[in-house]
Amino acid sequence: MSAASAHPVPAAAAPEEASPHTTLTETIRIRLRTPARRRNLELVLLVGAFLLAGGALALVDLGTLGRVGGTMMLLEAVLALLILAVHVTLRVVAPDADPFLLPIATLLNGLGIAEITRIDIAKGWTGWDANGVKQVVWSAMAIVIALVVVLVIRNHRVLQRYRYIAMFVALALLLLPMLPLIGKTVNGARVWIGIGPFSFQPGELTKIALAIFFAGYLVTARDSLAIGGRRLLGMRLPRVRDLGPIVVVWLAAMAVIVFQHDLGTGLLYFGLFLVMIYVATGRFSWVVLGLILFVGGAFAASRALAYVGGRIDSWLDAFSKTNYDKPGGSYQLVQGIFGLSDGGLIGTGLGRGRPQITPLSQSDYIMASLGEELGLIGVFAILALYLLFVSRGFRIGFTGQDDFGRLLGVGLSFVVALQTFIVIGGITRVIPLTGLTTPFMAAGGSSLVANWIIVALLLRLSDSVRSQPRWVVDTPAAGTALGGPTARGAR
Amino acid sequence: MNKELRRVSIVVLIMFLALFGSATIIQVFQQPNLKADPRNVREFYASFQTQRGAILVDGTPIAQSVPVNDAYKYQRLYADGPLYSAVTGYFTLNQGSTGIEGAENQELSGTGSDQFFDQVNAIITGKEPEGASVSLTIDPKVQKAAWDALGDYTGAVVAFEPKTGAILAMVSKPTFDPNVLAGHDTKKVIATYDQLLHDSGDPLINRAIAGRLDPPGSTFKLVVASAALANGYTPDSTFPNPPRLQLSGTNTYITNSEGGSCGGADTASIKTALQYSCNIPFAQLGKDLGYDKVATQAKAFGFGDKNLTVPMPVTPSVYPSTNGDPARQELSSFGQGDDRASPLQMAMISAAIANGGELMRPNLVKSITNPDLTTKQDFAPERYGQAVSPDIAATMTQLMVNNVDNGAASNARISGVQVAGKTGTAQNGANNQLPYTLWFTGFAPADDPQVAVAVVVQNGGGIGKAGFGNTLAAPIAKKVIEAVLSR
Repeated sequence: MSAASAHPVPAAAAPEEASPHTTLTETIRIRLRTPARRRNLELVLLVGAFLLAGGALALVDLGTLGRVGGTMMLLEAVLALLILAVHVTLRVVAPDADPFLLPIATLLNGLGIAEITRIDIAKGWTGWDANGVKQVVWSAMAIVIALVVVLVIRNHRVLQRYRYIAMFVALALLLLPMLPLIGKTVNGARVWIGIGPFSFQPGELTKIALAIFFAGYLVTARDSLAIGGRRLLGMRLPRVRDLGPIVVVWLAAMAVIVFQHDLGTGLLYFGLFLVMIYVATGRFSWVVLGLILFVGGAFAASRALAYVGGRIDSWLDAFSKTNYDKPGGSYQLVQGIFGLSDGGLIGTGLGRGRPQITPLSQSDYIMASLGEELGLIGVFAILALYLLFVSRGFRIGFTGQDDFGRLLGVGLSFVVALQTFIVIGGITRVIPLTGLTTPFMAAGGSSLVANWIIVALLLRLSDSVRSQPRWVVDTPAAGTALGGPTARGAR
Repeated sequence: MNKELRRVSIVVLIMFLALFGSATIIQVFQQPNLKADPRNVREFYASFQTQRGAILVDGTPIAQSVPVNDAYKYQRLYADGPLYSAVTGYFTLNQGSTGIEGAENQELSGTGSDQFFDQVNAIITGKEPEGASVSLTIDPKVQKAAWDALGDYTGAVVAFEPKTGAILAMVSKPTFDPNVLAGHDTKKVIATYDQLLHDSGDPLINRAIAGRLDPPGSTFKLVVASAALANGYTPDSTFPNPPRLQLSGTNTYITNSEGGSCGGADTASIKTALQYSCNIPFAQLGKDLGYDKVATQAKAFGFGDKNLTVPMPVTPSVYPSTNGDPARQELSSFGQGDDRASPLQMAMISAAIANGGELMRPNLVKSITNPDLTTKQDFAPERYGQAVSPDIAATMTQLMVNNVDNGAASNARISGVQVAGKTGTAQNGANNQLPYTLWFTGFAPADDPQVAVAVVVQNGGGIGKAGFGNTLAAPIAKKVIEAVLSR
């Protein structure tokens, strides 16, 4: 903690040589003026996100019940207040943070709540049986946790020192569902833990721990990993002695597929590792090697494990009667596609379709539900939001000052991109269907908490990126700083 | 690092482009195929978004769909459910439909192929599509009279105009309230349906046209008498009239319904035998005529017609082959043996005789009206066939009037009106151990027939073998006829 206490606020992290020239008033002026533009933009976008999310909920009420208002509206207002609290906190502790991340996460979360509520109404679930109510409570918890993360982790470099702890945390989270008593099997996948009435998917948090571990580990090991070994087919292979880590991660991913029956999560972890090692080392051979390993392993799994083979059969020939009628066959996939096609270009309108027909229409299939009611237009808009979110994360990778931060930013945003691709690609038959939650939208607390922590970390990382050039403006010509060097820092 | 990141960015972009592409393919290009897939239950549910047409009696809806706030948008309501249940049948969301609801489903739901342009028009104008309304020939007063007259008996009443075939009343008891099957809670509907299905009273069965068929008993003598007149016999042709008769080649004896010699003489004419409903002369007459001639006459009245609809399908009545067995032929000649008939069939016999021998096709649907209140289809009376010659019809009318005025059907008499009729008291069970089935069929007024009616009271009317067609069934028919004549 010594490093952290030496840099309690980003402003204090300014390089030493700048401080003699800095007066207190100048520092304050810069910190209030420049970042305010980011935060004001964020505020405007947030108001837009509130209006869209609230509007969606109102349309759901209108479309299903023919009236507007009620408990859900009030609960959403509470969420909006929490989001505003995060916004205000950011003004103080991370004023340079990216202004798009929070509004995008807010809007996606809100759209998810609206659609979940819509299906609650269709299924007649009310009170604590309503997933919409639970989702709001989880969202509130997730936002509060994100707020705490932003407050506690003032400097992301701290995380680098905890990379091995992160590794053990990841392993522990991975193994938790396998333990007797608390491990639970839901829909064939053993990825849940349950303590009393609470159940949680620790795998969602694993991806964050893994990203921290990979970033920390790769920053230190990249040089040796980048050293080429023998050449094969015009590609320089890694040295055999460096293969350890990739084999370990591969084994972990395979273990998830074999023991937890969770194809999607295995793919998610391994894809995350491949991208991070590629970005860290610049060696394409790692990707080739990794893909060969994974495809080989998945192929073997599809032969050995009935559930993997069944998923692939259902993907290749979803509409055949055999696959459709088979228990655990393509029924869900086909019904989801029917729902999407029913929505067509402009959708049935919120509350006007029948998304509840598809199994898991609130969680894994939330995107099919939204696609049915918002149409292709809505699907494009939501995908664009995800793409924008990921691109903001990648900006950290492009513009960050320290390699750990850059790698972590890339890893965290890529994991969101890959997860979105795996789940929506599964629904739209781009790839075989695997059970994963759609970030921010699907009903489920674990997923919300994990993704809001990702938002918090990305906010923190983006703030440090923007904080870096602050010393440039901290010159005697501070008066001109607003139009000149500050703009550079704000770019 | 930035070079690698750019490449990763491109990969992410490609991943998302794949999602954009696949979503477009599903939601736009494959949409027609996916919507046509029979497994796409969304389309099935969408069919409930149309406001189903009403079923009208005398301009008043007896079944109609009213808007409600749930996934199915409309709730089917039956104004007087049990009273009209034999006619309307029931309409369930996904457990099928019966009665007019089933037979006229395409018109009511607006999914008939000729309604396609209405559907397209509805899409273009944004107006919700609606089904057509079906107007029935049922007369509410006659229906109510039949319902009240049948009381708590297990049985059925059907009445129609001999001149047009328009069905004025159709009642079957015990029955059900179609409202309980029209709910939107499928589980509850299935539970209720199962309960009704396994009810010992068989409330779901329409006994007027499609119930368990009963032995027609003495009412079948109308068929045998008609066959006799068509084959050279006259009302005065006489037959031996002993108090009991040994069935040919068996040790079984048959008697007249009240024992003794029917009519009190050693011989009985066809007229007398019909007047007092004597079994023994008819057994001999039927044997003399032979199976083929009786079967031909039965078929002309509608027996064995598998394609008869009103528009609900009517279970064909049976005059079964006696295989040259004279004993069976004797039994069949007074409506026992394996003879089985529906009330509608027995009403058709009366109707044919009433209408100068010309049988009109019985029918429930008067007209079909488009949602915009224009008439889509009017149903003109349709001829079924010439069942008997006008002469025979006239003779049979006299014999049936005689039966009411001076004979066994005395309880159908209406002062000031000539009623033609025939009662029946049919035995059930191999050894006559079961309660009787009690019948009446007839028409009135004899000189200008307005209505032909058939009444069946099953299960002995609850009094085992103590009741007769004249005591239980004839009074019911009388009330129905009175209701028609007092219109």
